[in-house]
Amino acid sequence: MKLTGAQILIKMIKEQGVDTIFGYPGGAVIDIYDELENHNDLRHILVRHEQAAVHMADAYARAKGGVGVALVTSGPGATNTITGIASAYMDSIPVVIFTGQVPTALIGNDAFQEVDIVGITRPCTKHNYLVKDIKKLAKIINDAFYIATSGRPGPVLVDLPKDIMAATIEFEDPGKAKLRSYKPTYDPNKKQLAKVVKLIKKAKKPVIFAGGGVVLSKASPELTQLARTTQMPVTASLMGLGAFPGSDPLWMGMPGMHGTYRANMAVTNCDLMISAGVRFDDRVTGRTDKFAAGATIVQIDIDPTSIHKNVEATCPIVGDCKISLALLNELLAKEDPEEINGSTMNRQEWIDQIAQWKATSPQRFTQGPDVIKPQFVIDTLHELAGPNAIITTEVGQNQMWTAQYYHFDHPNHFITSGGLGVMGFGLPAAIGAKAACPDQTVVCVAGDGSIQMNSQELMTAIAADLPVKIVILNNRYLGMVRQWQELFYDKRYASTNMEMTPDFVKLAQAYGATGLKTDKPEDVASILKEGLNLPGTVIMEFLVEREELVYPMVPAGGAINEMLLV
Amino acid sequence: MKIEKHLLSILVDNEPGVLSRIAGLFSGRGYNIESLSVAQTAENQKLSRVTMVTNGDEHIIEQIKKQLHKLINVITVSDLTEKKYVQRELILIKVHARPELRAEILRIVDIFRCRVVDVGPDHYTIEMSGDEGKLEAFIDLLKPMGIIETARTGSIALGREKKKL
Repeated sequence: MKLTGAQILIKMIKEQGVDTIFGYPGGAVIDIYDELENHNDLRHILVRHEQAAVHMADAYARAKGGVGVALVTSGPGATNTITGIASAYMDSIPVVIFTGQVPTALIGNDAFQEVDIVGITRPCTKHNYLVKDIKKLAKIINDAFYIATSGRPGPVLVDLPKDIMAATIEFEDPGKAKLRSYKPTYDPNKKQLAKVVKLIKKAKKPVIFAGGGVVLSKASPELTQLARTTQMPVTASLMGLGAFPGSDPLWMGMPGMHGTYRANMAVTNCDLMISAGVRFDDRVTGRTDKFAAGATIVQIDIDPTSIHKNVEATCPIVGDCKISLALLNELLAKEDPEEINGSTMNRQEWIDQIAQWKATSPQRFTQGPDVIKPQFVIDTLHELAGPNAIITTEVGQNQMWTAQYYHFDHPNHFITSGGLGVMGFGLPAAIGAKAACPDQTVVCVAGDGSIQMNSQELMTAIAADLPVKIVILNNRYLGMVRQWQELFYDKRYASTNMEMTPDFVKLAQAYGATGLKTDKPEDVASILKEGLNLPGTVIMEFLVEREELVYPMVPAGGAINEMLLV
Repeated sequence: MKIEKHLLSILVDNEPGVLSRIAGLFSGRGYNIESLSVAQTAENQKLSRVTMVTNGDEHIIEQIKKQLHKLINVITVSDLTEKKYVQRELILIKVHARPELRAEILRIVDIFRCRVVDVGPDHYTIEMSGDEGKLEAFIDLLKPMGIIETARTGSIALGREKKKL
């Protein structure tokens, strides 16, 4: 069967089980867009800025538990995707980005809208390709999807010169992808797992620390089973929120810079830490020499480079989280339950200690009668939207309050730019998640600063009929930076005062969405209810306490048990 | 921790951009490359061998090896420092050869078993190969004569055992 390059591309995208792609046309991809017109079963969401296309593909992949695809043109279309790609790279999200390129004969000539996107994205992709020969096209696309979705996932970019897309070739199915130099390790070393069983048996003060890897490998059921059978309390990084139910009594909240008091105290004082799918980011560990200093650290991760990178693991296990945890559970099932659940080691003392830490310094806020507390908005949102809503965030205080006060029960329900910390992520991410899960409520929690970084995507939400709910916590500050300035820079609010913000209600209306707004605590619930119940896209703006701070806070570089509390 | 020099032999796909991926990894993560030598392997045209001298403490060397291996185009990473190996480096040295020093230079060339590959009215170009220590000793002896310029290949090496790396 003779096919054009564009036909091969679309055929192979569809074979990945992808029903929606996100993109923006241009001269170099015009052949692909022309071909797309023939495929009603592959929905193309026309974004308003290419950065948003990648964020949407990222969130689509997470919400669906699959792969996301973005398609953009050469030159500026390609460079606009960088922030999205870098964010997906830091968070290990499987995304394949197809960029147009000038015809092969023009490459290197500084042609119109030519840029060396493969060179530019080399450090922020898992791998990338420039297709110079149509004979290699099918294999490259096949490999790109395989690399993006296997091992530790990540973004892969494929650069497609215009002439390759227009050329024709006899199509040959490349079959199952197989690369000589790339063979991720899924199966863990069983001897190491047997060691973990012994460690669990003799632990007095164990904790489980789950990360994004648990969510990515769909290992939440295995993790939850492990925690419950062993009665080990659980903490999870920002990327791991939802991997373990936030409503479970063993849940301690997030650790690190804005972690709960009990999670940070438990991590500091534990004698065994079983970590899975975490990379011990500096926002989690604070001072690494004080981090879980007295503990035996078990680290399960599919990426060998994550092991011993920031924290020395006493018992490293390279392998897939789901497979490793399932095998660990099997081994534990053969043991005496009394030894496993901590009765022999009297672990109840540890559980009581954690409960006491919780009582000493609970995560709390006090909502008075006059000014809305941002935490109150999130708390009320959690009550109204519930555990089944998908929540995306922007970056900053809005993100931290959401992480703290929206107690996620399910994986893939909290979608945030964790590693790169991209302001402007939340709105496109909400749209991408809605495309993946049209029957679920999708809410973007934003700040007044970050929402302005990609607010043009309101048009995409309306035009593509992907209704999302946007909660803006408006404090007219770049709140997180202001928080640092207040605490560590003598309250010199250099360039963080944003007293001039747009009229967000009118902004919503300008795009054909609904805008709601209040500054009264008593109206928070009714506005949220109204906004969530309206059928279309809604902005709900809350004028909140301007100088509210995110607490607890560990000053950068400090030990995590040295927290600033409320 | 102690900074140590390591000699890595890296087998990679012989494709455009692979060297740039390796170089980018080193610059992006702040690792050092002391020397680097790359060429297609004779046994398989689809592969290239990169021989690299790098340095760092134990922790950094471990990350370097893992990060290199993580690159999709890298097939094997072998740390020769931990094994028995033969190592060679080639240097071309252009040195002032004033009439009164010519005999002395040729004596040094003879002692080091290298050779003069080009002769000018008042300079010699000398080709010499050996391990790093031999090269350094040779350079030190020629320095007083006045070295005009040099070109070095960087180390190449193979393990001593019969099996492939």
